[in-house]
Amino acid sequence: MSATTTTLVSDAPAQSLEQAPPARRPSTLRWRPHHVWPPALVLLGVVVLWEVLTSTLHVSTTVLPGPALVLEATWEDRANLWPAIWTTTKEAVLGVALATVVAVALAVAIDWSRTVRRSFYPLMVTSQTLPIIVLAPLVVIWFGFGTAPKIGLVALFTFFPVAVGTVQGLASADPDAMALLRTMGASRAQLLLRVRAPSAVPQMFTGLKVGVTYAYVSAIFAEYVGAEQGLGVYMQASKNAFRTELVFGAILVTTLLTLALFVGVALLERLAMPWRRPSQSEVDW
Amino acid sequence: MSSVSPLLQADPAGAVQRAPGARLEARSLRKSYRTSEGAEVLALEDASLQAAAGEFVAVIGPSGCGKSTLFHILAGLEDPEAGQVLIDGSVVEQRLGACAFMPQRDGLLPWRRTIDNVTVGLSLAGVPRAEAHERAGPLLERFGLGGFERAWPWQLSGGMRHRAAFLRTALLGRPAMLLDEPFGALDGITRADLQHWLLEVWEQVGSTVLLITHDVAEAVYLADRVYVFSPRPGRVAATLSIELPRPRTLEMLGTQEFAAQEARLREALREHSVR
Repeated sequence: MSATTTTLVSDAPAQSLEQAPPARRPSTLRWRPHHVWPPALVLLGVVVLWEVLTSTLHVSTTVLPGPALVLEATWEDRANLWPAIWTTTKEAVLGVALATVVAVALAVAIDWSRTVRRSFYPLMVTSQTLPIIVLAPLVVIWFGFGTAPKIGLVALFTFFPVAVGTVQGLASADPDAMALLRTMGASRAQLLLRVRAPSAVPQMFTGLKVGVTYAYVSAIFAEYVGAEQGLGVYMQASKNAFRTELVFGAILVTTLLTLALFVGVALLERLAMPWRRPSQSEVDW
Repeated sequence: MSSVSPLLQADPAGAVQRAPGARLEARSLRKSYRTSEGAEVLALEDASLQAAAGEFVAVIGPSGCGKSTLFHILAGLEDPEAGQVLIDGSVVEQRLGACAFMPQRDGLLPWRRTIDNVTVGLSLAGVPRAEAHERAGPLLERFGLGGFERAWPWQLSGGMRHRAAFLRTALLGRPAMLLDEPFGALDGITRADLQHWLLEVWEQVGSTVLLITHDVAEAVYLADRVYVFSPRPGRVAATLSIELPRPRTLEMLGTQEFAAQEARLREALREHSVR
């Protein structure tokens, strides 16, 4: 190796160090004050207004309990709430997991085989227009009052966005990268594993983030139709007992749980894609 | 490991070992396309060229003259409607994987770190990751990517990305390399660096190189011979031998001999680019 190359070569990284941004971690979940404060203040304003109005106007607590009462009553009833949370969470998480596994498997099959794509993909897309909620009674008739029908209903809700996202993600693979690996002698399975699958991860997660926002709601709806335990049962029992503050408490808990599930998926997404440059993931928030 | 020859094993100093090049020949290739309006466009017609073992051959011609189509056929991505591709004198049935191909865009996979990107060919061939890393490690240093083994592609500069793409091509250890405008998208300074550095690597490796370029000076500086392609349908309009000694150096760029070769090539291009 000649001296000339040595100089050239050693120059290059120095020059590109300036260009290359520092290797900081993707910051999907970093809190930024200017993102957090405005909505937090609005929320606080609503809660304060709500408290002031309910106490000054002497609204019946059966109609609209104040936030303080909601928090207090919910906390006191926590012994009944915990098992409900646990049951519904189990249904939601298992449903999402089931949906993801089935959706990804079907998406890969659709991507792999033209026959499967032609026969299943149009049905899959059109079936998204079906209001899944109307299936709830049927699911209960078929699978009874246990956990299984709830998991099934949650999975039905979550399935479509994940499947469609994954199919589109697989199809979004860079054709140049595919061609390049083909010239290296890559097989179809290798192309799927090395190029198409990693290309599909971002859109798969986009679908999953949409899907999980329905997870608790669909589990609760399935419980309304018939269940022995869960947040849906808890809400109905509270309603029947005219404990509106506990209904509000359950709604609050459901919101927080949905948010937690969403954040969990976002964390998983970040772990699954360490290669993403920070600016890309910042756009999401 | 079957399809990867052990030609390009790094010695401890990180030099690339010599690999004997293959004789590459295209005979009377023909290829046409159908546009979306249904019109047939003839991209290549009776296109023939050859490169001797270890020869550096450039292909130059106006845009859309079918140069990239030619490379796609040589690399096995497309099949010609007529004609043959021969490697070392025999027709190759399975061209995919026979030559190392470097496309215009670097094609680095965003989810692979530098070291895993340059060894992607080895991993496709079933070489264990640790062994592939061991083989590529010293070469990364040699290719100016030392310290960036674990960087993601977006953390590399344009020049580094191209060096990584070239190392990936070279690590395939194929007897012939097809470089499709590898430096087209780079700025002038980076480009000059990479041209010089490509020459050094080629002089060490000794494999046959076919290079598509738009740049007359690049063709003269790098190649032993230059094929001038005619406008569509693409075919060889002229062949020029570049009469400059090897090894080529940056100092040659300013000489009268270089200017004379450049003028010859420009003249040939002008003559054959008129439709």
